[in-house]
Amino acid sequence: MFQIRIHGRGGQGVVTAAEMLSIAAFMEGKHAQAFPSFGSERMGAPVVAYCRFDDKEIRLREPIQEPDALIIQDTTLMHSVDVFQGLKPDGFILINSTQTFEELGIQDFVAKFPAHHVCAVGATELAMTHVKRPVPNAALLGGFAAISGQLQMDSVARAIMEKFPGPIGEANVAAAGAAFDIVART
Amino acid sequence: MLHQIEGSEAVARAVALCRPEVVCAYPITPQTHIVEGVGALVKKGQLTDCEFINVESEFAALSVAIGASAAGARTYTATASQGLLFMAEAVYNASGLGLPIVMTIGNRSIGAPINIWNDHSDSMSMRDAGWIQLYAETNQEAVDLHIQAFRLAEELSCPVMVCMDGFILTHAYERLDLPAQEEVDAFLPRFEPVQVLDPAHPYSIGAMVGPEAFTEVRYLAHDKQLQALQLIPEIGQVFSEVFGRSSGGLIHEYKTEDAETIVVALGSVNGTIKEVIDVMRGDGLAIGSVSICSFRPFPLDELRDALKSAKRVVVIEKNLAPGLGGVLASNVRMALRGGAATVYTVIAGLGGRAILMNSLRDVFVAASEDKLTDVQFLDLNQAVVDLELERARTTRHSGPTAESILRQNAKAGE
Repeated sequence: MFQIRIHGRGGQGVVTAAEMLSIAAFMEGKHAQAFPSFGSERMGAPVVAYCRFDDKEIRLREPIQEPDALIIQDTTLMHSVDVFQGLKPDGFILINSTQTFEELGIQDFVAKFPAHHVCAVGATELAMTHVKRPVPNAALLGGFAAISGQLQMDSVARAIMEKFPGPIGEANVAAAGAAFDIVART
Repeated sequence: MLHQIEGSEAVARAVALCRPEVVCAYPITPQTHIVEGVGALVKKGQLTDCEFINVESEFAALSVAIGASAAGARTYTATASQGLLFMAEAVYNASGLGLPIVMTIGNRSIGAPINIWNDHSDSMSMRDAGWIQLYAETNQEAVDLHIQAFRLAEELSCPVMVCMDGFILTHAYERLDLPAQEEVDAFLPRFEPVQVLDPAHPYSIGAMVGPEAFTEVRYLAHDKQLQALQLIPEIGQVFSEVFGRSSGGLIHEYKTEDAETIVVALGSVNGTIKEVIDVMRGDGLAIGSVSICSFRPFPLDELRDALKSAKRVVVIEKNLAPGLGGVLASNVRMALRGGAATVYTVIAGLGGRAILMNSLRDVFVAASEDKLTDVQFLDLNQAVVDLELERARTTRHSGPTAESILRQNAKAGE
């Protein structure tokens, strides 16, 4: 089983990101489960969503305690929420930021993880370029495909199109593809 | 056909496949996506010959459903939490009048204090209202139970609640198999109501019944539930023949054959329980579980048989009967009356508190060593409770408890 926890804020498409991940995994023939952990549902409030996938039926319903991968959509959360809690020692970290780990103040923490398991990508900027709105979720899924190798970029693109058919989906796929390329090169 | 889809959306599509003629809708979290989904299917023309009625309250939702069902229409609605309480009088009327309405409960706690998250307080409050109550373990089962519920309700002339855990199931994306329209049509015959209000042939239903007949009327309500004990497994059997998978029935057993410790629960927590059982079986413990699908009627005989090897039974309850313990545990004790097994009540998951594998494992290990106290609250923060009790004891005009605990938690988090 592979488990992903996504941290972000209300309005950033955190829950939708987990749902699209589960659709991408489903398209690859996996069993997948995505679910939210809502607080009071309002713009800007911290939101967590989960996705787990496996080759067999998933019966477990507990919130993900020890993720294999973290997607952090909003770095301002790192001051108020322990976003790294429970992350496995060989886990993956994908952060939405154009800053370096030094600038984010996490260089010592991320140094404990294998090289190529940690990456920052400016997903909000990519979304502004391609989608014209600051919604980093789809772009980060492209980045996730690249950093983890758990899902094909093509499945991620098809999952985005299933959720957002038409031009909005295509723009998000473009943002995801750009993030995939950046993370794959990093 | 397989889909990766939200539980609420899947249930909306399953309900539409059952061709309801009247759907009454009033929103309440976490059920709202279901009636919204049905409404969207009506608007898109994918569900035809269906009156989708937006009403002004939950009381109206079920009252309109009662009128529609009494006029011979296949009728559906959904609600949760305070919404179910607000329609309480109509809940009893629907069953008393023998109307085969199907209603989804997106299980949620009951306030005060306000809490939008999952537990079983809402449906438990209506457990003795004369409805059949089925609890879904997965979203696949939620889909399948809705299709079975219409057939069950209409064969018995008795309303059915399909209970699915709010958020945990309603908002979860999972892989599930949605049947084709032809399959559902083959399984679910046209609604042939036993009574129809018709202006051309007027008669009244629900008229006054005095002491000379009320006991017999109520006895027959009990008898209808006992008939359902036969019918639920039969319909489950037919369903598995038509759709090629088993869903529903009275109970689901998991590794119970030789189990000395057996866990009993309702709904989606059974998935997590099975994972814990696999781990503990790996450690050599003789443990199994029973998921109760039909809570009303309560399958006393089937449960007693499933628990026959148990020295102890641990009931995981997503509800609290203050001053007693748990509702489910009391019902399980009824099934085990006269036997030697010890029953432990574990109150868990109230108001959306996450039920973790590690916490369950600790409780099951303690039970298997007969070191568990009855009644136990899973992951209770005893320090917070003690502080609040002390504060209330020592402070005049100590103010509201819930807000005080939130302040304590905020202080502890600083």
